[in-house]
Amino acid sequence: MTSRRLLYVLPLVLLAAAGAGFWAMLTGMQRGSFDPRGVPSALIGRPAPAFTLPALEGSGKPGLSSEDIRAAAREGPVLVNFFASWCIPCLVEHPNLMRLAAEGVAVFGINYRAGGRDDPGAVEWLRRHGDPYRRIGVDHGGRVAIDFGTYGVPETFLIDREGIIRWRMAGPITDQVLADELRPLLRRYR
Amino acid sequence: MVGPDSDATTGSGALRRGRGGRARPPIFLAAALLAFAVSSSAQAVLDPREMLPDPAQEARAREIGRGLRCLVCQNQSIDDSNAELARDLRRIVRERIAAGDTDEEVVRFVVDRYGEFVLLKPPLNAMTIALWASPAVLFGLGALSAWLYLRRRRPAPGAPAELSAEERARLKGLLTE
Amino acid sequence: MIPELGHYALVLALMLAGVQAIVTFLGARLGEARGAMLMAAGPSTAIAQAAFVALAFFCLMWSYAVSDFSVANVAQNSHSLKPMLYKLTGTWGNHEGSMVLWVLILALCGALVALFGGNLPATLRARVLGVLALVSVGFLLFILFTSNPFERLWPIPEDGRDLNPLLQDPGLAFHPPFLYLGYVGTAVAFAFACAALLEGRVDAAWGRWVRPWTLFAWCALTVGIGLGSWWAYYELGWGGFWFWDPVENASLMPWFLATALLHSAIVVEKREALKVWTILLAILTFSLSLLGTFLVRSGILNSVHAFANDPDRGVFILALLFVTVGASLALYAWRAPALAPQGVFAPISREGSLILNNLLLATLCAVVFVGTLYPLFADLMWGAKITVGPPFFNAATFPLFFALLFAMGVGPLLPWKRGDLWAALARLKLAFGAVAAFVVVYVAAIDRSLLPLLGFALALWLVLAAATDFADRIRLGSVSLAESWRRARGLPRGIVGGIIAHAAVGITVAGIAGKGIAPERITLMQPGETTTIAGYVIRFEGTRPVSGPNWTGLEGRLVALSGDREIAVLTPQRRHYPVARMGTTEAAIRTSGFADLYAVIGETAENGATVVRLHYNPLAPWIWAGTILMSLGGVVSLTDRRLRVGVPARRRTPAAAAVAAE
Repeated sequence: MTSRRLLYVLPLVLLAAAGAGFWAMLTGMQRGSFDPRGVPSALIGRPAPAFTLPALEGSGKPGLSSEDIRAAAREGPVLVNFFASWCIPCLVEHPNLMRLAAEGVAVFGINYRAGGRDDPGAVEWLRRHGDPYRRIGVDHGGRVAIDFGTYGVPETFLIDREGIIRWRMAGPITDQVLADELRPLLRRYR
Repeated sequence: MVGPDSDATTGSGALRRGRGGRARPPIFLAAALLAFAVSSSAQAVLDPREMLPDPAQEARAREIGRGLRCLVCQNQSIDDSNAELARDLRRIVRERIAAGDTDEEVVRFVVDRYGEFVLLKPPLNAMTIALWASPAVLFGLGALSAWLYLRRRRPAPGAPAELSAEERARLKGLLTE
Repeated sequence: MIPELGHYALVLALMLAGVQAIVTFLGARLGEARGAMLMAAGPSTAIAQAAFVALAFFCLMWSYAVSDFSVANVAQNSHSLKPMLYKLTGTWGNHEGSMVLWVLILALCGALVALFGGNLPATLRARVLGVLALVSVGFLLFILFTSNPFERLWPIPEDGRDLNPLLQDPGLAFHPPFLYLGYVGTAVAFAFACAALLEGRVDAAWGRWVRPWTLFAWCALTVGIGLGSWWAYYELGWGGFWFWDPVENASLMPWFLATALLHSAIVVEKREALKVWTILLAILTFSLSLLGTFLVRSGILNSVHAFANDPDRGVFILALLFVTVGASLALYAWRAPALAPQGVFAPISREGSLILNNLLLATLCAVVFVGTLYPLFADLMWGAKITVGPPFFNAATFPLFFALLFAMGVGPLLPWKRGDLWAALARLKLAFGAVAAFVVVYVAAIDRSLLPLLGFALALWLVLAAATDFADRIRLGSVSLAESWRRARGLPRGIVGGIIAHAAVGITVAGIAGKGIAPERITLMQPGETTTIAGYVIRFEGTRPVSGPNWTGLEGRLVALSGDREIAVLTPQRRHYPVARMGTTEAAIRTSGFADLYAVIGETAENGATVVRLHYNPLAPWIWAGTILMSLGGVVSLTDRRLRVGVPARRRTPAAAAVAAE
């Protein structure tokens, strides 16, 4: 009889378990430790993919290859930033990239051109808002973006001295992201 | 509600989240989608120029595409989406096929870059065994309890207590009807 | 002023709901005699509460109609150039407004119970109203504290930000109200279950009272899901109609359980068995409706739904869900063991078949539940990001669906208490023969892929089995036609409704199977070029710019020819909504009732070549014709006088005669 009685309590127990799970998710979302939407990069801990990209015409900067990144990385951690002039969030993080570049961090740009889209405003955009990049590669067809496993723009990768990808930020590097995540990492991999 | 495929819908969600004015760190996807929302529209029309000339290869490409999740539109396969990323992925799938990759190799190529999250059909492993076993387990448990219940309710002719219970039920039924 | 009036009405409704809960529970506790005065106050508070919520709702709608952009909700979701229809439907096209609609429907259901529940025992009615009032209190608190639709905005914007263009569509404009009707209808069944547990009494009469509400909820849910899927079909632009999206699943889960509840309540009514299970089903059905609300609005699910997501709201709904469901399940754990089953029956019997129905439907629901929530579970447990998409759901649900569809044909032919399976199958031999002949012809002449074939065969099976059931009941062939006609007219509406609904499922299944063999053609066409699909020649005649009140776009013109005869002109559009900065695809569909010719245009290159996507979808319109017919079957059942909510006790005698005729 007691075991039958237990059967009637079972739904309540299941509800409690489900409730606890949802609670953990919601509080995690509020704290920022649980993000059901964000997807971590599959490339963390792996070497940066190999590529060679042509220069952005009119920018006055040379093109970008994985060799350039590896060479720069020997001096210290490197940022690779995917950007486009039509991307509004890119503008949000732009001042922070400028600041980092001014501090001497190597920032490389990849002009994102997915889906056969052009980005005719890129040069003008960099002229107007400043150019933080040491070198800029143009990713026609978004192939390198896919090799990096990006979703869109902006995305930023941190590559350490060994050429290993250590961190990926999908979305703009806001002041908070810069202070809480990126700066400590830059110190750690210096 | 029905899950809209469109990047446009996602975009609007993103716009709304963005406009909410709450002091929350912007979710990445919202930001990325904001960008996408401006850049693409809701058409889910595969461009014939993308297609492979060999119909057998094209059929394989579409089958693979149907199994890969369009990452920026969340609940849609790359075959159904016109987001730019989906378009690029479709093209890469076709290139790999044309280069002679097997279906598994093409899928591994994408998983290597985007993780298992892109697979609409979760692979069977220690983590998903509970998922894949769930239909059989749930049905088994349900069938077991139904059987136990039915066994108890089965009439036992000759046993007076049961017979009278049945009669009572019928009587009661007649009275209420 | 109007928005403040609406806000004030909501506060008053909250207070009335509180009063309603207190007087009804207290009255019921005091008992039939001593609590009579208190209980008598229940119905009037319920009606007043509904009136105030309705007032609030109309205030909000008014703000939308006159485009009062000082109301934040209106400014965020409307625009002065929007057509009036979509201004009005925009009232519920957003989170806050849809919650008001939710509560409005709940309050209206309460008012209906109050108005037409005169034949219920006084304490039962009081407790049902009490439970409904408590649910109202929860949701009104939720609206007032986290989602106030009447919040003002300063400075007042010059114009609004426009409603998501995908929602500016008749299919989607009326999809949410039906879904909410369905969700909230399950709240009434839930209230009856809780009240019965409090009373400690579940009998045939209870089964009869709860059935119309479940039927009502089920019909609305069916229409709601059907509308949503129809909208996806013509609006999303690639001819799909069901995607196993988490939000779709959230509406499908309560539908499965409501369907199960509908059937198990019959067993309670006829045989006084399955009582404990039926109570649990009623509780779970409403719980899943709440869960859907929670998942859609908390932002937990990885779905792309248009409602603004907010974890704070999520916490509130979670608390609401936990309290509501927890309290009812605690009540269940406490009181349900005392509900002794009475009916005795053999496994092969109508009861047995209804248990199989419940087993399959509950398993389907559980599988969809697991599949929908597994990614969240995996993320929480292992931090792993996985996707559970259509391949899993198809593989997991198809076998269950097939078993269910087969059993649906046989079950209604089994007699109550003890049946003979072989006798029932023998009655279906004609149906078997027809299905077998169909399979042979189909495989030889049309197509060989297994799934569509199974679908078509089962669809035919269901329709023929329903026809057999009907023919047997009116003794078609064994008595004179006039006698059969007399019998047909004398059949209880509940039986007729069931037969219609079962046949309708067959029609929907045929439509779904048709999608499995639908040819498709994607080409790049210059104006003047032709292509072919399914025997039709399609000529592309170019594109031209078009515009609407709040959009601009491009319209393609395609002429479908059968031989030399022009049979249809298809004008698919691509629209751009500048204010919302979004585009939509408007598919052009030409239907013959047996098949759809479906066209979408994509990008136009500089030389005028346009991407054209064509589908020929055999039987596709049947998917939605079937859903409509299913709910019509439900409505027919609902008109059965035994089930009618308002049948006063003294008029039961003629109803009993109808039962005897059965």
